[in-house]
Amino acid sequence: MKKQTVLLLAAVAMLLLFAGGAWWYQNWQAEKASALARENSPTLVPDHAITLGPASARVTIVEFFDPACETCAVFHKHVHDLMAADPQRIRLVLRYAPFHQGSRAVVKILEAARRQDKYWETLELLFASQNHWASHHKAKAELVWPLLSQVGVDVERLRADTNDPALSALVRQDLLDAAKLGIRKTPGFLVNGKPLTSFGLPQLQQLVQSEIDARY
Amino acid sequence: MTDPSVDADAFDTNWLILFGVWLMACAATLGSLFFSEVMDFPPCSLCWYQRIFMYPMVLVLGAGLVPFDGKAIRYALPLAVGGWLTAFYHTLLYEGIIPESAAPCSQGVSCSEDYSELLGFLSIPLLSLLAFTAMVAALLVLYKRLDK
Repeated sequence: MKKQTVLLLAAVAMLLLFAGGAWWYQNWQAEKASALARENSPTLVPDHAITLGPASARVTIVEFFDPACETCAVFHKHVHDLMAADPQRIRLVLRYAPFHQGSRAVVKILEAARRQDKYWETLELLFASQNHWASHHKAKAELVWPLLSQVGVDVERLRADTNDPALSALVRQDLLDAAKLGIRKTPGFLVNGKPLTSFGLPQLQQLVQSEIDARY
Repeated sequence: MTDPSVDADAFDTNWLILFGVWLMACAATLGSLFFSEVMDFPPCSLCWYQRIFMYPMVLVLGAGLVPFDGKAIRYALPLAVGGWLTAFYHTLLYEGIIPESAAPCSQGVSCSEDYSELLGFLSIPLLSLLAFTAMVAALLVLYKRLDK
């Protein structure tokens, strides 16, 4: 055998080993995530979580997100499109996984805005202005405050509400549940308790569609 | 049996040593990519420096294998030594022998953060140190053999 052949065969063998290992690991992780979601299904939709869509919907998307996460901003639009296509059958439950530095303060602003019935407007504003207040993986809540008047919230009241320990407790609970469910990246989706194990829009659409087909 | 110096296709010991070092560089490269891309362990800054030393060796040594070129050692050895020094420092840091405050860490990933240790005691920095040690040693042995 020629040396070139040996080298080439060794390289191909190692790459195959890598690909096979990756395939095996991902399957193993997907199985683990499904098992974790089954075990922890009662923690998926707590009373404190904000929801969108009819309560009678038989397909529930639980999304763990971080307002400072760029992919979350992109997927926020995708999820809206998904729901708009089938408004009676899909319900969205938003949970927090503020993994970015400084993100928890922004989540508290969002939850305080919810007390003034401005949750969705504030969320849109946060995502639209994300590259202003969240850059280089650091969220700066102080840059969010001047923007809030745009959505018509009472900023003084909001500021007082963000100091409520109940909001810290809410964020802690969501982070705890995210850890239990093995969510390490955002956005993390579970549809009717089934985790989205391979991330991507087509995969999410497929998972939602399969749940719609199963329940309707 | 023909004289290996005449037969270009012969797998003499020198070639096999260099091939072994190349295999180690490939294994370390793919292994580190497996940790970061498949298992989602974010590489810390020290891991990145070690990668900078390790990854080029796959190409430098690969080029030195077909046809066999002992000069490849001259180019690979500085990389291996640089990687070894970084891995040594990283291992000391990871084992807590050097305080973490001395670590040049950024991007939110601590260089002494504890990741699951694979075989009980083999941490990722120790794996790196072992790989670089074996590679430096093998390259030095080969250098001596060719020097004769």
